[in-house]
Amino acid sequence: MLRDITIGQYYQTESIIHRLDPRIKLGGTLIYIISLLLFKNFLGYLAAVIFLAVVIKLSNVPFRFMMRGMKAIMLLLVITFFFNLFLTPGTELISFWKLTITIEGIRTAAFMSMRIIFLIIGSSVMTLTTSPNQLTDGMEKMLGPFRVFRVPVHEIAMMMSIALRFIPILLEETDKIMKAQIARGADFESGNLIRRAKAMVPLLVPLFISAFRRATDLAMAMEARCYRGGSGRTKMKPLIYQKRDYVGYICLAVYLVGSVVIGRITL
Amino acid sequence: MPIIADHINYIYGEDTPLSMKALNDICLVIPDGQFVGIIGHTGSGKSTLIQHFNGLIKAQSGHIYFNGEDIYDSDYDLKKLRSKVGLVFQYPEHQLFEVDVFSDVCFGPRNLDLDKKEVELRAYDALKRVGLPDDVFYQSPFDLSGGQKRRAAIAGVLAMRPDVLILDEPTAGLDPRGRDDILKQIKQLQQESGMTVILVSHSMEDVAEYVERIIVMNQGGIMYDGTPREVFTHYKELEAIGLSAPQMTYIMHALQEKGLSVDVNITTIGEATEEILRALGRKPD
Repeated sequence: MLRDITIGQYYQTESIIHRLDPRIKLGGTLIYIISLLLFKNFLGYLAAVIFLAVVIKLSNVPFRFMMRGMKAIMLLLVITFFFNLFLTPGTELISFWKLTITIEGIRTAAFMSMRIIFLIIGSSVMTLTTSPNQLTDGMEKMLGPFRVFRVPVHEIAMMMSIALRFIPILLEETDKIMKAQIARGADFESGNLIRRAKAMVPLLVPLFISAFRRATDLAMAMEARCYRGGSGRTKMKPLIYQKRDYVGYICLAVYLVGSVVIGRITL
Repeated sequence: MPIIADHINYIYGEDTPLSMKALNDICLVIPDGQFVGIIGHTGSGKSTLIQHFNGLIKAQSGHIYFNGEDIYDSDYDLKKLRSKVGLVFQYPEHQLFEVDVFSDVCFGPRNLDLDKKEVELRAYDALKRVGLPDDVFYQSPFDLSGGQKRRAAIAGVLAMRPDVLILDEPTAGLDPRGRDDILKQIKQLQQESGMTVILVSHSMEDVAEYVERIIVMNQGGIMYDGTPREVFTHYKELEAIGLSAPQMTYIMHALQEKGLSVDVNITTIGEATEEILRALGRKPD
């Protein structure tokens, strides 16, 4: 039941995109988003399409996984499209009842909707090719300099990776507890909101107790292996740039400059 | 209240790349009042199978009949089924949540919409039957020892007065004394009330000592089904699938190799003692 949920959207497979340093993927996504926001014409999207198509092909992730992100924002997309369609002032095209569709409206609606679609697909590429742990590693490395400002970068990264590590464990525990209580006649489905909230108690109390128990045990285990925090701590798999990462940065730079130039020329 | 499994098939994660066939065409009849043991290596399907018996998991094909009724019928009351087929999960103490032990044991019967008096009567009775002393009743369940917590959790299921009691590794994590206590209590319960008891276990000795029938599961299918004596004659095959025979069986075989003519199909300490004394020509005291 609950074990069918995959954390984030990581799709495990072999590809050059998967093997890239997570920092370049994080940075690359940022650059891609910035480029999308700087476009003024549709030619920019052409550049973005070519870029995305190449990356998606190289990633070996089936396209339908990219489209999964679309389901979540379908409502936003529809609203954006129709609001822009009907509420943009300009030269009238069609009009019925009180609603007017303008030429500018069509253009803006299409433009904005495409922006959202491209944003989602682009970010999906990153989450589909980078495991959650890689993402935390990447972020920890990138936010490293902030340690100067007393930001507890290592602690935050450690908390995130522990949390990620425990998600499947706690999900499984929730499943077990739920089944055990259902076996005793508990009902999590029927009744009004208040009744169902009350019904969560036999689920949440044991779950919290279990989580705290695990936390205590984990802390003890970490201390028993001499964990004292981040200072002076080395990594087993440090993030080191490879040749492919440098190539990637160059490609990103080319894309950024090229697409923004193309995307901003007034047609 | 017999349980019949009719060509049960179950696959975990059917449409995902991680799909796994957990149960493969299982056909089984568990008659009223029997004390059955289910053994099998991890991943053999035992836990999946027992969750089918009380309708927690629904088979993808096949039927489960409880007392002659198909539990997959659209108008079948699964809640009622779960009051008749009690399932105690592994490490059941993890399900304790109430402010005190007594309230926690009341949880089950209360879910059956019984009146307050009946609920409390059943809770009290169940706690007594698992051998917990009165002074424990109003303590927080989290203040109890491991063994006591486990008994409290089992009482929570017994309070529903099931006709069938399924226990998934009830002795996991207990010391030898704790294991003996719990199993003896279960055997006693079974004899007193005529409950059907299904015991899932990793311990061959436990199973040999207490059950009258053993079902051996392997990779989603039933490999052997018979009395402990019969099943453990196949100890070589059992070893091949990650199980073994009880210690006594090995001892008997070793003794026979050394020249003592004993019955090698003994599975429990009691039988072994008698048999060895008999072979040595001595009377048991």
